Amino acid sequence: MASTNTVVRPVSTKRSTPRWAPTARKLTPYAFLSPTVIVMLVLMLIPVIMVIGYSFMDNVITNKFPVFVGLDNYVEVLSDPVFRTATGNTLFFTLVSVAAHLLLGLGFAMLLNSPLVGNVTKALFRVVYILPWLFTVAIIAVLWRLMLNPNGVINYILISLGLTDKGIEWLSSPDTALLAVTFINIWAGYSFYMVTLLAGLQGVPADLYEAARVDGASAFQRFWNVTLPQLKPIIISMSVLDIIWTSQQFALIWMTTGGGPVNVTEMLSTYTYKLAFSRYEFSVASASAVLILLLTMVLAFFYVRHQKARD
Amino acid sequence: MTTFAQKQTPAVRTTPDGARRSPAQKPRRRPKERLAKVVIILLLLTGAAFAAFPILWMASSSFKPNTEIFAYPPQLITSTFSFDAYITILTDPTKVRFFINSYVVSLAVTGLTLLVAILASYAFSRYEFKGKRPINMIIVSIQAVPPITLLIPFFGLMVVLGLYNTYQGLILTYLVFTLPYAIIMMTGYFNTLPKELDEAARMDGAGPLTVLWRILVPISIPGIVSVGVYTFMIAWNEYLFALTLTRTEDMRTVPIGIQLLMGQNSYEWNEMMAMSILGCIPVLILFLFFQRYFIGGMTAGAVKS
Repeated sequence: MASTNTVVRPVSTKRSTPRWAPTARKLTPYAFLSPTVIVMLVLMLIPVIMVIGYSFMDNVITNKFPVFVGLDNYVEVLSDPVFRTATGNTLFFTLVSVAAHLLLGLGFAMLLNSPLVGNVTKALFRVVYILPWLFTVAIIAVLWRLMLNPNGVINYILISLGLTDKGIEWLSSPDTALLAVTFINIWAGYSFYMVTLLAGLQGVPADLYEAARVDGASAFQRFWNVTLPQLKPIIISMSVLDIIWTSQQFALIWMTTGGGPVNVTEMLSTYTYKLAFSRYEFSVASASAVLILLLTMVLAFFYVRHQKARD
Repeated sequence: MTTFAQKQTPAVRTTPDGARRSPAQKPRRRPKERLAKVVIILLLLTGAAFAAFPILWMASSSFKPNTEIFAYPPQLITSTFSFDAYITILTDPTKVRFFINSYVVSLAVTGLTLLVAILASYAFSRYEFKGKRPINMIIVSIQAVPPITLLIPFFGLMVVLGLYNTYQGLILTYLVFTLPYAIIMMTGYFNTLPKELDEAARMDGAGPLTVLWRILVPISIPGIVSVGVYTFMIAWNEYLFALTLTRTEDMRTVPIGIQLLMGQNSYEWNEMMAMSILGCIPVLILFLFFQRYFIGGMTAGAVKS
């Protein structure tokens, strides 16, 4: 009798939580995560492994039995002068865009945060300033092709102001095309900074400004010593994100200049796309795609480390 | 009269000495402040012109006949104002199909993203488990994987899976880009909700799914709307994969449709602009109705709550 009792007891006292409950509880979070993990495995990990595999093969997709060629594709990409031009263009496009986004975004955010302007006015201007961000790149591209047309309204304004005497072919002249696409990208992207920095500005404690004012700090000193340090973490994470996104820009270039004229607006993304889908050199394109991935991973590493430092 | 009197009172108070605190300081700076205000308004107007003029021009061009697009001198509103370009687009079944495709894909992506992201965020927010940090970090860094890197293998994969040129192919593809962002934002939202809420329900014997569905989801509607709006926008605007993973005209989405108009014989600028206006309407409407949520979505990435 006694022996049976001892066997039964654990079960009877813990009836509400069966023996498998701890295991089940441990597995619950994995169950919730499983759809995400499956999607990411199938659509992220496998494709990344595939593209790395492709980059070591001789013409995949078009060739049914590709052979291993080692680093040949990488050598081909890296020794291609167009690849180097594309890298330089991407660097220029990205750095100028990001710097201008930051300056414009910060400037507009500070204007919108000014205590001298009424709240309704602020709300109205804020909506107007966000507008460019709401348009898809395809729309932005055709819109600016219309505006920057040699007979378009931008040239009309410049001629009326006496800044030029005949229409400039902004997007099809090798001298101006890179500047023009960079300008379009600046117009399209500053809103993101503005909105985020505005939220950041509103989060700066008012007593910091009050203290600075008591100490006799000028408006510029308050900006330099209070505002900027408070916004620094936001500025850094936004800039890294923007560098990552801008360096991957494809649609805007593709729909305005297509990388031309004579490669002056060729970016790493358009270069890779052309290799794959115009020249059908999928292996060489894969090598280029892997190189872009490596570059981006370096940036992402800094981003993640910065985010972790903020936690 | 009353407002005038109210404005005057602080000025009178400045005269006695010792009242150096902020309310007293304001009136003394008045002329300088007024100048500053004028400068700020002027700067705001310049900025507004920079931001809005291209959009106004797009709208204006969509109401012009194509022959007057580059008329000299350019005019914002012409005597030939008409809706012809819109009528042409909306009565052309091929073009209407672009819009249907965009709606189908974007709505499906939004629904699926929300479902999968809510489940994952619940695990991240409410459970401690092995591998939580690494999985979370992988999700954060996946956001940075360049689309162009995935494009070539996706092309191969979709052909093999028979999903090339289908809705399903596009929807699955977009999930990869919307999920990481949605999970990060949703987790952030769930973290702001007190854990006592679900623990109380747990005490009453509710299972995890019940807690999530009956307790957390109903009070997370603002967060869910932010994520949903942002997801819809990403899907609605996507270009590169829509261009590469579809082939026939009946599968093209609006961004590709706009580009296709550019290729056809001569440039129908007015139709392109009309289609652009029609193409941005869903996002504009979402923005106007959910402005607060929208801005929440934009700032979620960089500002810590």
